[in-house]
Amino acid sequence: MSFAKRHLLGIEPLHPTEITTVLDLADRYAEMGRGTAKHGDALAGLTQINMFFENSTRTQASFELAGKRLGADVMNMSMQTSSVKKGETLIDTALTLNAMHPDLLVVRHPHSGAVNLLAEKVTCAVLNAGDGRHEHPTQALLDALTIRRAKGRLHRLNIAICGDIAHSRVARSNILLLGKMENRVKLVGPSTLIPAGAADWGVEVYDDMRAGLAGADVVMMLRLQKERMDGGFIPSEREYYHRFGLDAEKLSCAKDDAIVMHPGPMNRGVEIDGTIADDINRSVIQEQVEMGVAVRMAAMDLLARNLRATRQEGGGVYV
Amino acid sequence: MTSSLFTNARLIDPEAQSDATGWLLVKGGRIAAIGTGTPPKDADRVIDASGKCLAPGIVDIGVKTCEPGERHKESIRTAGAAAAAGGVTTMVTRPDTDPCIDTPEALAFVKRRGEQVSPVRMLPMAALTKGRAGREMTEIGFLLDAGAAAFTDCDHVVTDTKVLTRAMTYARGLGALIIMHPQEPGLSGGAAVTSGKFASLKGLPAVPPMAERIGLERDLALVEMTRVRYHADQISTAAALPALARAKAAGLDVTAGASIHHLTLNEFDVGDYRTFFKVKPPLRAEDDRLAMVQAVADGTLDIISSMHTPQDEESKRLPFEAAASGAVALETLLPAAMRLYHAGDLNLPQLFRAMALNPARRLGLDAGTLAQGAPADLVLFDPDAPFVLDRFTLRSKSKNTPFDGMRMEGKVLMTLVAGDIVFERDAA
Repeated sequence: MSFAKRHLLGIEPLHPTEITTVLDLADRYAEMGRGTAKHGDALAGLTQINMFFENSTRTQASFELAGKRLGADVMNMSMQTSSVKKGETLIDTALTLNAMHPDLLVVRHPHSGAVNLLAEKVTCAVLNAGDGRHEHPTQALLDALTIRRAKGRLHRLNIAICGDIAHSRVARSNILLLGKMENRVKLVGPSTLIPAGAADWGVEVYDDMRAGLAGADVVMMLRLQKERMDGGFIPSEREYYHRFGLDAEKLSCAKDDAIVMHPGPMNRGVEIDGTIADDINRSVIQEQVEMGVAVRMAAMDLLARNLRATRQEGGGVYV
Repeated sequence: MTSSLFTNARLIDPEAQSDATGWLLVKGGRIAAIGTGTPPKDADRVIDASGKCLAPGIVDIGVKTCEPGERHKESIRTAGAAAAAGGVTTMVTRPDTDPCIDTPEALAFVKRRGEQVSPVRMLPMAALTKGRAGREMTEIGFLLDAGAAAFTDCDHVVTDTKVLTRAMTYARGLGALIIMHPQEPGLSGGAAVTSGKFASLKGLPAVPPMAERIGLERDLALVEMTRVRYHADQISTAAALPALARAKAAGLDVTAGASIHHLTLNEFDVGDYRTFFKVKPPLRAEDDRLAMVQAVADGTLDIISSMHTPQDEESKRLPFEAAASGAVALETLLPAAMRLYHAGDLNLPQLFRAMALNPARRLGLDAGTLAQGAPADLVLFDPDAPFVLDRFTLRSKSKNTPFDGMRMEGKVLMTLVAGDIVFERDAA
């Protein structure tokens, strides 16, 4: 067991053993979530603030539930309607909240790197819940846990990540994590949605979906991020669905036991056919949501342990 | 008439491309004599340079003084002090202030302020179009009469080619110099970094390097048509260089320049979203940087400038995409240039050709040289003196330098403008 980080800002700084540590602990929390006594006390006495500068229902609910199941006092702040509108800068907002002595700060922000900036200014542990097009580490961890539980391992798998790679922080975190765990990662999408320089990331790039899915153990679909697009990246949704929407015919190119994943929320009929998404033999989309809570419990638990350890070493007012 | 004599100096003469030990006599604000043998004995004051370098003062095209409009970031007084400490003896100031310098009255104000408070020479440039909006040309004639050194809309691209053609044609008739920052705004809009593996991993909006070549090729086509005197500033990509070489070979009156940051830093320096490295155009790939350095050496690029752009802490302490672009550089231009010298990429005469001689010639100034009779605008510096830069020691009001905390070599010891000492480093 090792997890020697103060914050969880991205997958990029994590060591493979740290990833495994989070997943192992999350496995235990997943079992706890399925039982009748869902409550732990790992975060008892700690304050968790969820700061979402961008709309979110699913991730915020997941972090809130994770904190509550471990006994933290959880506060949700929807920053879109708060003082940010009055012109306060990100750093001032952070310092204001920091003065209230939170222990865990969960942040989502529309700008890449904003969570890193904020983490420099506060004394608590910061979890990145998605920053711009940069990283979304808990999503990659929950995807990894889902894969490990379905496939029995998290290495030497053939994994296709399909769709809007360019606008996706989920894709970046997943590419980093799956690469660190030594998997074969393939990116599939129209060339306008494949970021520049992606071929140098140690992945294969395909613009033909059938070729990209060939032999895949895992098919990871991404949402078409219409809200992040500033102009025509694709000619139309129907052409996109025809070429890159996951249907039974394209899925047949993957291995027979390939699992289908999607970080949600889904655009049914755009990137994924509804019957595939609902096929309980192939789709693990609901399991991903379940693992999301478990992974976030594990991540906050580990960060809280480090936080307590530093505070005891440092003495001071917190002891 | 007082005279000063520098003895035992390493004379860097960009015109002769020479680097030799000798003496230099200043009389009446001008260089009276220069030689390598026994120095004359009749000087009022003798300064023993003890082997340090004496070069023509830097002529820096494209300094933003933030006055009028943003004096919390910089003023003509503080920029002038920074310039003196950096060995810059002529600041050619940008018109992208608030309001911008697009009327003869505004230009006269800036010019007067420069004469009153700046220890170094200051030549203001004027906007090419009113409000830098790209719709109507400014009063180029009146502005020239008022002393405009050149005409530029800075980082605003004149997208309407008809407006630009007319402005160029009109400027051609008056012999005015036009300076552009070539860019295709359709591709560069909203970009924070150069496109590639790094930008994609960091999830930042990016501009492809080709946007610069597209903008440059368009400008050069119009220059060929209008025959205006044209300077392409802020060239940062290898892809733009062949077009420049072709234009020069075709005999067009074209020069080009790069900022010191694009010669000494690359895209990876941005690292973990460090906004002090956010400049416009963005820092490029290492291959581009090397091509820029080579282009300065072979003369495809004529001019190195500081692109001094002060930004206060509030403008920079933001997420990378939202942060302001630009870096202060008047005081770090020379030590940063010494990196290229110590790396063996460029020798000192080549550097001062790009920092002093070429910009002076392009603007029709008689400075930038150690020739007899030239103004005694001089910088005495030690190219080897090491230091670690602490940004709070800078004289600029804004401290946004990308070199903060870095090890540098090269200290300005003394700066003279028209024979008067405007900066002298304490012995300590």
